[in-house]
Amino acid sequence: MLFQSGTLLMNQEKVKTPIQVGLFVTCLADLMRPQVAFAAVTLLERAGCRVRVPRQQSCCGQPALNSGDRAATMDIAKNVIQAFDSDDYVVVPSGSCADTLINKYPTLFRHDVQWARRAENLANNTWELTRFLTDKLGFSLDDVSYPGVCTYHDSCSGLRELGIQKQPRTLLSGVKGLTLSEIQDSNVCCGFGGLFSIKYPDISGRIVSDKCGQITQTDADTVLGGDLGCLLNIAGRLCREGKNIKVFHIAEVLAGMADGPAIGEAERES
Amino acid sequence: MSASAASQQVIFRERTRQALDDVSLQRALAKARGGFVDHRRDAVDALPEFDAIRDAARDIKDHVLSNLDGYLELYEQKVIENGGQVHWARDAAEACRIVAGICKDAGARTVTKGKSMVSEEMHLNPVLEAAGMTVIETDLGEYIVQLAGETPSHIIAPAVHKTREQITDLFHQHHSPLGYTDRVTHREALVNEARSVLRERFVTADVGITGANFLVAETGANVIVTNEGNGDLTSCLPRVHIVTAGIEKVIPSLDDLSVLLRVLARSATGQEFSAYTSLYSGPRRDDDMEGPEAYHVVLLDNGRSRLLGGQYQPMLRCIRCGACLNHCPVYGAIGGHAYGWVYSGPMGSVLTPLLNGFDQALDLPNACTLNGRCKEVCPVRIPLSDLLLKHRLEQHDRRLTSVSGRFLLSAWAWLVRRPRLYQGIMALPLWFMHRLGRRRGVLSRLPLAGGWTDSRDFPAPARRSFLRQWHTRKARS
Repeated sequence: MLFQSGTLLMNQEKVKTPIQVGLFVTCLADLMRPQVAFAAVTLLERAGCRVRVPRQQSCCGQPALNSGDRAATMDIAKNVIQAFDSDDYVVVPSGSCADTLINKYPTLFRHDVQWARRAENLANNTWELTRFLTDKLGFSLDDVSYPGVCTYHDSCSGLRELGIQKQPRTLLSGVKGLTLSEIQDSNVCCGFGGLFSIKYPDISGRIVSDKCGQITQTDADTVLGGDLGCLLNIAGRLCREGKNIKVFHIAEVLAGMADGPAIGEAERES
Repeated sequence: MSASAASQQVIFRERTRQALDDVSLQRALAKARGGFVDHRRDAVDALPEFDAIRDAARDIKDHVLSNLDGYLELYEQKVIENGGQVHWARDAAEACRIVAGICKDAGARTVTKGKSMVSEEMHLNPVLEAAGMTVIETDLGEYIVQLAGETPSHIIAPAVHKTREQITDLFHQHHSPLGYTDRVTHREALVNEARSVLRERFVTADVGITGANFLVAETGANVIVTNEGNGDLTSCLPRVHIVTAGIEKVIPSLDDLSVLLRVLARSATGQEFSAYTSLYSGPRRDDDMEGPEAYHVVLLDNGRSRLLGGQYQPMLRCIRCGACLNHCPVYGAIGGHAYGWVYSGPMGSVLTPLLNGFDQALDLPNACTLNGRCKEVCPVRIPLSDLLLKHRLEQHDRRLTSVSGRFLLSAWAWLVRRPRLYQGIMALPLWFMHRLGRRRGVLSRLPLAGGWTDSRDFPAPARRSFLRQWHTRKARS
């Protein structure tokens, strides 16, 4: 950048160039909970990013991959790679979808030299939201509050494939009024597993009811997490049990957007 | 989908449903789950170099698998030098024939068995019983399972699915005729009763059959680890000792053994070391006080050599510790029997189709959330969840998945690759579901995915998708 402009900016005042970010919305946030994506945009902009949302995006292809359809996944992946080719960074408000872009795409294309390079490039530029905010930008919250006792559910792909555990907790420690009450085994799967929960609903239902049992054993009034799939699963079960516990994506709380209906809550009459 | 695949699916779902509805099983599973996990965590936390030892353990196993033929021949040579015999079995049936033959030649009437998952894989007991022999399992868990007429539901804790009340009933029923008329209910009393019944069996057995945790090539020793000492009584007291083991159990040296033992017990039960670690090198020598007169090792392939050099080879690193079962949410929900074969949990879901055929056990690689905890805890770093995903790719490539499933997937993938069309088409069901769920915030029935809402509600979607909202706003501004 310095040489492109032809001047050396060493002694001049630092010119703040916004960091250019492409937002990979994820299909669940897009369809089920748009507020998660709006919250992600808000957070990224507050952290000094210029956010682009390509229209040519939908799903990362994980349902196809997890169903064993390599060819369909590669076709979908090519779309995603093309849509975000020009972005400096790609940020994803989901550990699971980020893992697909970061770890799965390069493996899928390893025998295709041209696409392998582009997939690697995308993988290198892609970040899960909380990790990007903390590890990359060193972002700290300013005047955001959430009055409540929250528990954080570590989603599996983010935790085990991307090492996301401290980052969300670091960010939450900056939210005024919020106390974190960890559940036993916050790192154990909630039983969602994408299509697993549809193909094997009985097993999935048992796992999520165990998870909710642990949640209700704490004093938490809110469950937070970084993956909407898990949160829909947990919220659905808590609602079925008639439990008065709110469920939000972490981005909603961090962006100060958690004053409306939680996941699975009815819209308030206006 | 072939008829057999469809019926497999029905059978698997029926078994899981039964397991989930079985109150005793659920109670037993809940109790076992926490114990194993906590003990392992404590043991691992107490050993800072645990991960480095895991790497070393993985490397040892990889090295062996790359040179398996050489180490197996060396092992055989050492066993022969020690006065024993090695028998090679291509499959389970051949292995059963060999074992039954040795037992018949020895004139065996009573056979005691230490815990051996390979003998379960061979389905050995019915073969010996059909030949007129009495077979007694001597591992407490295996003994309980044998009395119940069942199979092990866990590779290191065969009766983990049983509650103490069920064991009390079983013992009372089977031991009363032997003179144990008191109905004992306490843990220690139950163990003592089993111990005294089994003592009698150990002394009268003609042949003892054990498995092997490791086979040491440089000495020809087979190694078993137990907490009950039953393996030693099974090996040493009868006239003939037979070891049944998979060919992947061989390791080069005693140094390698010490590395592997350091991860085995910690991963399995959270112990630093199991109560008994025994090495057997052959029959009784002239100046030995005790030991068997004859020593046989039956090495089973049963599909293992097919995996060498392929993408599933890492599965042969498995040391059968059971950590992946203990940490698997699916295993924790349904227990081992629902998997339908000898090995269960993540390692069983990877291994079963590899040993029995890809068209078998189609559900197992799919009945997994891919949460990766199995991979995280594996002492020899087998990428279990990645291998399960490979199985799914294999099933798709071999067209073992259902035609309707493939069609739906293709149609969806076609649509997903056309984002604007996708956004347009998704708008209608989205709006419809939003309307249905608006009042409560959730849907209590879900069209096309009814099972989901049997146990939970489905949060209602937004009225309009993010992308449509975002780009409408952008167009206006």
